[in-house]
Amino acid sequence: MGTFAYFPHTEEDIRVMLERIGAPSLDALYSDVPEEFIRKEEYDLPSAMTEDQVRAWFESMAARNTRLKVFAGAGAYDHYTPSVIPYITSRSEFLTAYTPYQCEISQGTLRYIFEWQTMICALTGLDVANASMYDGPTAAAEAMRMCVASTRKRNTVVASSGLLPNVLEVLRTYAHYSGINLVETWDVAEAVAEGTLDLAGVIVPSINRYGLIESHLGLSDLVHGMGGLLVEYCDPSALAVVKTPAEWGADIAVGDGQTLGIPLCYGGPYVGFMACRTDLMRKLPGRIVGQTHDAQGRRAFVLTLQAREQHIRREKATSNICSNESLMALWCTVYLSLMGPEGMRRLNALCYEGSHYLKEELLATGLFSDPFPDREFLKEFVLTPRCDVPKLQQALLDAGIFGALATEEGYVSFCVTERRTREEIDNLVKVIMEAGL
Amino acid sequence: MRYYDKLIFELSRPGRSAFSLPRPEKDIPACGNIWRESALDLPEVSEPDVVRHYTNLSQMNFGVDTGFYPLGSCTMKYNPKINEEIVSMFGGLHPLQPASTTQGVRDIYSFMDKALAEITGMKHFTFLPCAGAHGELTGLMLIREYHMSRGDSARTKIIVPDSAHGTNPASAAVCGLDVVVVKSRPDGLVDIEALKPLLGPDIAGIMLTNPNTLGLFEKDIKQIAELVHGCGGLLYYDGANMNPLMGVVRPGDMGFDVMHLNLHKTFSTPHGGGGPGSGPVGVCERLVPFLEKPRVSGFHGNFGVILRACAYILSLGRENVKLAGRLSTLAANYIKESLKDCFKLPIESVCKHEFVFDGLLEPNGVTTLDVAKRLLDYGFHAPTIYFPLLFHEALMIEPTETESLQTLDAFIEVMHKIAAEAAGDPELLKSAPHDTPISRPDETTAARQPILKYSKV
Repeated sequence: MGTFAYFPHTEEDIRVMLERIGAPSLDALYSDVPEEFIRKEEYDLPSAMTEDQVRAWFESMAARNTRLKVFAGAGAYDHYTPSVIPYITSRSEFLTAYTPYQCEISQGTLRYIFEWQTMICALTGLDVANASMYDGPTAAAEAMRMCVASTRKRNTVVASSGLLPNVLEVLRTYAHYSGINLVETWDVAEAVAEGTLDLAGVIVPSINRYGLIESHLGLSDLVHGMGGLLVEYCDPSALAVVKTPAEWGADIAVGDGQTLGIPLCYGGPYVGFMACRTDLMRKLPGRIVGQTHDAQGRRAFVLTLQAREQHIRREKATSNICSNESLMALWCTVYLSLMGPEGMRRLNALCYEGSHYLKEELLATGLFSDPFPDREFLKEFVLTPRCDVPKLQQALLDAGIFGALATEEGYVSFCVTERRTREEIDNLVKVIMEAGL
Repeated sequence: MRYYDKLIFELSRPGRSAFSLPRPEKDIPACGNIWRESALDLPEVSEPDVVRHYTNLSQMNFGVDTGFYPLGSCTMKYNPKINEEIVSMFGGLHPLQPASTTQGVRDIYSFMDKALAEITGMKHFTFLPCAGAHGELTGLMLIREYHMSRGDSARTKIIVPDSAHGTNPASAAVCGLDVVVVKSRPDGLVDIEALKPLLGPDIAGIMLTNPNTLGLFEKDIKQIAELVHGCGGLLYYDGANMNPLMGVVRPGDMGFDVMHLNLHKTFSTPHGGGGPGSGPVGVCERLVPFLEKPRVSGFHGNFGVILRACAYILSLGRENVKLAGRLSTLAANYIKESLKDCFKLPIESVCKHEFVFDGLLEPNGVTTLDVAKRLLDYGFHAPTIYFPLLFHEALMIEPTETESLQTLDAFIEVMHKIAAEAAGDPELLKSAPHDTPISRPDETTAARQPILKYSKV
């Protein structure tokens, strides 16, 4: 004892403490546990490592992964992370705090969440946003549940087959266990117009799984006419340039904040976001921060509208969510502060330029055709391969490139973010040309 | 802490910027109706503006690195710094990269699966859940899968003690299960006689927190497990309170079939102002076939958090794992015994990692809220208050194993001082805190006239 860095107790401390308690030993503190459950055997874990050993262990693990030039998306995008962000988010005062239950010593957390809510509203055009969800797919699932909870006695949610595959999978999971009738279709408008469903809501992607920007002209009127709510699943980075959920007439917007400067990190932690119209505010899941004032009239921020939440309402709560992704919301808030409106426009223009250049170059190889020549895209696109796909993927991998993801429908997808240089794009095309496909 | 009254939007001046990007050759040729029409109202600020603003915000915040944070059921233990350092080694990996390029990642997942199984007595874990409540939901899905696979479709009810965390009944509801509440006895433990009549062919299982939210070990766990298993139900273990058992008792050995762990509690990963967490779910042998079925998050769970927990387990090692739980229990009992002369201890018993007072012995009009707020003046975070719901003035204290005897003594001294203040000058407590960036806010106005985003005046 006294020899492990995270335990401050000396032998003498332990003696003093046990004496105060009136217990003869540490084990005596477990006298209420049936003897048979006290583990006597040594735990089969490695021996305690020093800091240098821990570092070396992870270095050896990291060495067995391959860093690739990422030309893939499908829900995780290789955007740049300004150096300011990890510097700010690693400040202990943010990093080592918990949910701001004691608002008088949590104004830092409460203020950045308020800023995050404001920025999510600015991006989506909607009125109210919550403090965050786990990720985009779970935010979509919560939106689905919110549709059912907000429309009395209606239980069907129509989801576009154009949503990302992992969004649809999580929707299916939540629908299955919540007893929601989830209908998946490529033609959402047709399914809704039939009018035979007890329609609670419709979930459509702003940009679909092929990277195509969708038009939802007239959809909100149609959905509202059938008594349902319209949910848009969006890439918040792209919302700087593509039509917003509010402009399409959506009631709820959800998506993943990963595109706002969060590193790929093998899929997490990311952050889900959720925004809605004011009249749905009390159906929102999760934390919400509001502005008020203290006894001296100073502006102050608090967790508010808590009567929706699990710690008050228990089984009648709007959701079971408690911890969310607060630090990742800070990550995105700092990102959007740094980028500003001009940075977001420029970033999207760079994505557009690079992805369109790559697509033209790939079509010029004669190894692909364009399944959607008349549709607009921003950074991700699919092509119909006229070559052996596994061989194509292997040739790219051998050159240290991750791209040409195979889709369920037989296309291959590519993604170009602002981080991909003209040289990297040219190299990708060269690798494909020389692969003998 | 100093009051700082800016929002980032108020620092904005048109034309300022803080991004670092090359210039595109041309703008997006936005034709057609699919492009944004409205202006994008984001702040326009410089990089120094941003750094100074968020640094100022951080200084109105209290974290574990600031001081003692005895928030019950949250296990606010020290967050080791080496855990932060190693994460950047893995930042650039795409979640869909082929397996041949992510051998190291997969080795880390299998190491963690084995280590958590060893610590908990479970067979295997899924790492998809992103937080504790998400783990509860996933675990309940697995329980439903198990029953359905046996054609046992009538099991639609789940038993939850009245002392349970609010997430338990909420998770059950999201999972499509009906909640049946079982009462606690006056000694704070599950009332077995009240449990018996609830058991039957419609019971999917029971969710237990052991030690429970009063910090008391459910010593009848063996009998409870036999009863629930006897009726065909399964036992779910809420890992929020796993810390005192780490290195001492394994939930799997007590008969639990499914459980989650909060890596941000027991395994030292930072709480981040309310996440990201990680809530891996472990199951016993007979539930392993269902483990991968519920796809509850987008990719592979919060890998960055799993990495930090992995670093913690390596640092802890088999030598120190045996001490973590024991020392957390020691600290809680030490505070309990030192303060029961002026705070009301509703249940006299040895506790585990946390315990609950029911307000001051002699309140003199002073509430638990007042005590909590006064603690902030003395540089401590407050305990969890008004939970569990069993006691009107609940004050739930969890010190963890990473606090020194000096820190615990300083806290005890302040709590005694507050008790004396309550007797002599209750108004001082009712108007506390006095020494924080803001005083008590008007929460009623916040809820009645919600202002949930910034608008330019």
